[in-house]
Amino acid sequence: MHRFANPARFLRLAKPLTPALFWPGLVLTLGACLWGLFGTPTERLMGDTVKIIFVHVPSAWLGMGGWMAIAIASIVQLVWRHPLAGIAARAIAVPGATFAAICLVTGSIWGRPTWGTWWVWDGRLTSMLVLFFLYLGYIALSSASSEKGDTSRVAAVFGIIGAVNIPIINRSVIWWESQHQKASITLGGSSIDDAYLVPLFVSVAGFSLLFGALVLMRMRAALAEMRIEARMRRMAED
Amino acid sequence: MKPKHQRLVLALVAFVALIGAGFIAAAALRDEASYFYTPTTLAKAQVEPGKAIRLGGMVQKGSIVRGTDGVSITFTVQDQEGEQNVAYRGITPDLFVEGSGVVADGRMRADGVFVAESLLAKHDENYVPKELADIDMTAAQQTKDTLSK
Repeated sequence: MHRFANPARFLRLAKPLTPALFWPGLVLTLGACLWGLFGTPTERLMGDTVKIIFVHVPSAWLGMGGWMAIAIASIVQLVWRHPLAGIAARAIAVPGATFAAICLVTGSIWGRPTWGTWWVWDGRLTSMLVLFFLYLGYIALSSASSEKGDTSRVAAVFGIIGAVNIPIINRSVIWWESQHQKASITLGGSSIDDAYLVPLFVSVAGFSLLFGALVLMRMRAALAEMRIEARMRRMAED
Repeated sequence: MKPKHQRLVLALVAFVALIGAGFIAAAALRDEASYFYTPTTLAKAQVEPGKAIRLGGMVQKGSIVRGTDGVSITFTVQDQEGEQNVAYRGITPDLFVEGSGVVADGRMRADGVFVAESLLAKHDENYVPKELADIDMTAAQQTKDTLSK
């Protein structure tokens, strides 16, 4: 576990890994979006509006997956006092919030022509909005910490508590009657035609790689900032 | 027990307790947090006429009757066990077709008809290309049946 606790070793690994995730991620994302936009048929009822899923679904996945990653990193931080865990959690928060917001906006744009409304307060939409607000709270809390770079324990506790919302988002369409449709892709199979499903998986893979690259970039930036600060402090002491 | 293990046990207990609390709270909200009544739950709920409620379900095949004035419409909303007659005046959404989902805002009339003030279409979880719709609808239905079993 602590083998990567040494920032220098982590940086040696992260430096080549960042472009290795970024470029394939960019190619897959752009390719999947173009494929989804021009290479898929119109849908039986929704027409061309269906094509927003190639952005909406990966964003929802990353918005929720991001918080799960924050929760896991927070546990690692609290239990093992791993110095990189807090930095990782903090690096995930801003991209996670961004994708949660993209999910809400694209869903709203899809809802207007499909349902006939931009927004309804059903279980799925409300719990997803709560996730976005939790992200904002987490970002504010972790930035308020006095120690730069190192995420405070309060933020870590908040990260773990907030994870309660994730199963609620996931189950909301099953527990409660909702405006939002039930899950199309489950462990038992998919009710999305292959014409959409294949580019959707490519898109999810591409967005996920981009997300990983973004998190690594932000972690490296945070570590660099910490190093600058340490050096400045040393210089000030001399 | 090493402090590290103590922290691990504490964190895991807290994590499990929190998730459990979330599940219990969500289960308690079961009826309150539903966005609409289905015909079955509406029949059980004994809602008094005139109270604003929401009704959701599938538009029964062959039930849509359009009035001669062009804007009045009546149809039946059904779920697995129940059905409910609905009257509406206004323009229906594009996705409002027989056999598809609908969510209606409105009130019960004394004669047991639900009078809708607004209609929202509800999309189901199936995504089917237009040209395949006739063939794939049966396939999608089969998938759905297997999933719900």
